[in-house]
Amino acid sequence: MNFLTAIQLVFEPTTLMVLLASAAFGLFVGSMPGLSATMAAALLVPLTFYMDPVPAIGAIVVCSAMAIFAGDIPGALLRIPGTPASAAYVGEAYQMGRRGELSKVLSVNLLASAIGGIFGTLLLIFLAPQLALVALRFSSYEYFWLALIGLSAATLVSASNPIKGIISLFLGLLLATVGLDVVTGFPRYTFGSVNLMGGVSLIAALIGLFAVAELFRKATTIQERLPPVPQVEGAILRQGFAVIRQYKGNALRGSIIGTLLGILPGAGADIAGWISYAVSRRFSKTPEKFGTGHIEGVVDASASNNASLGGAYVPALVFGIPGDSITAIVIGVLLIKGLTPGPTVFTQSGDIVAAIFVVFILANLILIPLGLLAIRAARNVLSIDARVLLPIIVMFSIVGAFAVNNAVFDLWIVLALGLIGWLMEENGFSVAPMVLGLVLGKIVEESFVNSMIKANGNLVAFVDRPIAGTLAAVFLTIWLSPLILRAIRSRAKATAG
Amino acid sequence: MNKTQAISLAAILLAGTAMPAVAQYPERPITLLVSWAAGGGTDAVARALATQIEKQLGTPVNVVNRTGGAGVIGHTEMINAQPDGYTIGLATAELATYYWSGTAEFTYEDVTPIALVNLDASAFNVSSGSEWTDLRMALDAIKAAPAGTYKLSGMAPGAGYHLALSGLLHSEGIDPTFITVVPSQGAAPGFQELASGGVDLVPSSLPEAQSMIAAGQVKSLAVLAGTRMAAFPDVPTVEEAIGKPWVAGTWRGLVAPAGVPAEAIAVLETAVEAAWNSDEFQTFMTDRGFGLTYSNSADFATFLANEHKGNGEIMGLLGLRQRD
Repeated sequence: MNFLTAIQLVFEPTTLMVLLASAAFGLFVGSMPGLSATMAAALLVPLTFYMDPVPAIGAIVVCSAMAIFAGDIPGALLRIPGTPASAAYVGEAYQMGRRGELSKVLSVNLLASAIGGIFGTLLLIFLAPQLALVALRFSSYEYFWLALIGLSAATLVSASNPIKGIISLFLGLLLATVGLDVVTGFPRYTFGSVNLMGGVSLIAALIGLFAVAELFRKATTIQERLPPVPQVEGAILRQGFAVIRQYKGNALRGSIIGTLLGILPGAGADIAGWISYAVSRRFSKTPEKFGTGHIEGVVDASASNNASLGGAYVPALVFGIPGDSITAIVIGVLLIKGLTPGPTVFTQSGDIVAAIFVVFILANLILIPLGLLAIRAARNVLSIDARVLLPIIVMFSIVGAFAVNNAVFDLWIVLALGLIGWLMEENGFSVAPMVLGLVLGKIVEESFVNSMIKANGNLVAFVDRPIAGTLAAVFLTIWLSPLILRAIRSRAKATAG
Repeated sequence: MNKTQAISLAAILLAGTAMPAVAQYPERPITLLVSWAAGGGTDAVARALATQIEKQLGTPVNVVNRTGGAGVIGHTEMINAQPDGYTIGLATAELATYYWSGTAEFTYEDVTPIALVNLDASAFNVSSGSEWTDLRMALDAIKAAPAGTYKLSGMAPGAGYHLALSGLLHSEGIDPTFITVVPSQGAAPGFQELASGGVDLVPSSLPEAQSMIAAGQVKSLAVLAGTRMAAFPDVPTVEEAIGKPWVAGTWRGLVAPAGVPAEAIAVLETAVEAAWNSDEFQTFMTDRGFGLTYSNSADFATFLANEHKGNGEIMGLLGLRQRD
């Protein structure tokens, strides 16, 4: 690999133009509720047919990095995550916005995203072959435990009431069972409808539970014509820098978790955001502040979801196994360009691979100026009259939900879940665990059933591999340690008393 | 105006109203349905083909992904669309399985075949650490071991490559249910299982296995094709390995709903054939490693009928057949 040649490949006028255009496109798609980073990449594919390899892959890299950051913007402004990767901390970010700290939270999102992105890239550059080998050792047993650990995050992300959090999680898991069963293809809860065979679309659910539910809530106060929240003034970036300096450990931890989850095929930016947020709360010195508009978890999760993007390229480049849905698309583009992923791609097409790495770094650097422009533009949204803004959001929500599957049926899901989400939030049930259940439900079920098939029903197989056993121990510690601690404390109290 | 003149005038008027409807097809954009997600293999083939059909017909061909339910939603849409020639679909091998598995009511008779554009031969891929060194040895081991000893992954049970392999096993006198299927969403997670030691074999196309073969994680014992593939000269055909010709795999072909006017199908068939022969499409398919096979409407119809019958038999053996 020769990085000088690589830099020459990237810093060509046409390549730079392509990257800049994809950046703007990514910012737009990411900030639109319902349009995800994966969709942005998929929409770029037909255009890449006409490009050289470096701009073709570079366009997807830049566009997905921008989209994952931009997903935070509508989250903080309107409590509507722009992409599923922002769903974990949308409540936190929104409450900060309501307090007038919009610039602060968005600049933290921006800086943490850039840090996470660069961290993920560095691991990709220096450790790709080694890390990919570790990722290959993950079988359905390991995924099963990983998904259970992910589900445990539900009690941590639902701020105040763990019981209500678990009820919400189970609703999500129930929705995840709708459709053709992953093993036998048998239809469940489809009531004879072909549309339901595809299950509940995650994006449609996200728009319903967050966007439409929020619209119902806002509609009740629309006549009051509330004045816009006064925003804290001052340089946007400086506000973010101060927070990142205070929570630099969190940014690093989020980056590590995000990269590692990104490397694992089957876990991507969405799951990285959830787990990092939960870890942040679990190890925080002030866990009670979580859920009240506290910045700490936002640092972890914003770094994490962007870091996972770089991680996902590790198995994709080394083994041709996609680390997430975006790299699945990238592999297709690489093949069209005559680059077959595999260990030899680093030697045979070393310059191009190095150029992709340069684009990664570049993408995370131009994220900052472009992101700042987006934040400035976003602040103006708050001064728009709700009676104008809400119908526009409705329109975007409908377009976004329809665009995923081109299905009118999904709009009914949006409406139904919008009503459910509204009623749940009005009664103190957080909808975040429900979305988590939808994200992880299929993975839990598929990895469990596949493991049972492989082991011929022998449960010991779940723990007798080294990584699986370790993950099982982590899972049990998460659930048993509070009980044991409580038992010890009450015994101590009893002896003292 | 005498009677003859009147009749000719009427004839001209009639012709004038009737003719353009046929001659002008297509007069508006065509929708090309794909049952699988954007970015995947079928989607890529559909988009490459759509670009070339567009050039032939001079009208936009828009690829629309209708995903979900293991492809059944998209295929249902292809069959239920207006039979006016403005909605067509790129059907995949699963089309000829839904009826037998009980997932859907339709069969191949509910579509109008336009052209078969691709056939991907299945290959017999095992982990590079596997003790099996050739196909004969693998088949003997599977035959000798108790049911459920060996497992495969890379697809849902009853998908194209599973049926291809099951047919081969059956012809060797092995009960295809002896091999347990660990379901996965596509070949890549299947290879992940293979490398992590979870399963023993992954039947997939050779291009899908290419990266893992290059990485030294996977070896391919045979390809279920008539001749060796140019890109994989070291992988023998089934005939070379065990002395019996065996060709099977998965396919993709353009279909329209039943009842589309024959004129429209004729226009489409000509356009698709030219699109398939275009340098751009040929290069694309070769670069991506997709098999290049073409059959016109009539041959594709025969092919579908055979697939329907063959799948019914093999799915019966596998216990996946839900109706007679």
